[in-house]
Amino acid sequence: MRVKSKKPDLASGDLTPMIDMTFQLIAFFMVLINFAQTEANDRVVLPSSQLVKPPEVPLEFPIILHVAQDGEIVLGGDDYTVETLRIGLQREMVVIKAEGKTADDASVVIRAHQDTAMGDVQEVIRVAQEQSLVNFALRVKEDNR
Amino acid sequence: MKIRNRGEVEKNELNMTSMIDIVFLLLVFFVMTFKIVEMEGDFSVRMPLGESSGVIDETDLPLKLRLRADADGRLTSMSLNDIDLGTDFAQLRSNVLGLVGNSAPIEGEEGPEIEIDSDYNLRYENVINAITAVSGYKDGNQVVKLIEKIKFAKPRR
Repeated sequence: MRVKSKKPDLASGDLTPMIDMTFQLIAFFMVLINFAQTEANDRVVLPSSQLVKPPEVPLEFPIILHVAQDGEIVLGGDDYTVETLRIGLQREMVVIKAEGKTADDASVVIRAHQDTAMGDVQEVIRVAQEQSLVNFALRVKEDNR
Repeated sequence: MKIRNRGEVEKNELNMTSMIDIVFLLLVFFVMTFKIVEMEGDFSVRMPLGESSGVIDETDLPLKLRLRADADGRLTSMSLNDIDLGTDFAQLRSNVLGLVGNSAPIEGEEGPEIEIDSDYNLRYENVINAITAVSGYKDGNQVVKLIEKIKFAKPRR
């Protein structure tokens, strides 16, 4: 007489292809992930230009100013207006001087929204100039069309 | 006598559940943090406060680009040294090319300078388009540079 096995019949599918695919997906996202997006600001949509190229050498002392559509300025996570920006820039200057550098070594990176009034951007430049900053970089998106 | 069940091979199966849990957590993390990176670049401008144009060279006349806007900030007209160009940036580029010439600035020299004078409420995008037009053009994959020295006039209130 045949003795039946008492083990319950488990219907276990083969998980190997699923695990393979999942690891491939993880590898894909790991390779493409970019943690250096700290410069970006959700309130700023940059204008684009065909002529710009990503810089080969990073700027030495970048002071990144985000100018939102309504003219509000973001510097180091804090919101400023044209009137109060001077205080924020003075703090940056203290850091630059503490490192034994001058305003000439610093670059003000202006990341302005494409629909911002040009006058607001010019006011930002004026305030930075009053702090002896002379190097400005107008940041734009690379347009490959 | 004990009868062994010879047909059943003993299997040692690993429990995959915990590994799959972790793997899916990782996958969700990477999917959520994934963002397509847009390449960015800079137009570098050196603008000291209250700088005059330096030593005025009689032969090197400064170029002045005037950009006018309507109440909504749209570009209505532009003029380069009083030459009316409408709103066509290609025409601006060809005019700059005609004034500056095709030759790149000699090493050590700064080359020609342009002053951009725009209405206060003009959208920034238009100014970038104007800077693109006067800075150079793309010839295939090569960028031909025209004017590298750009400055802004005082803001018009």
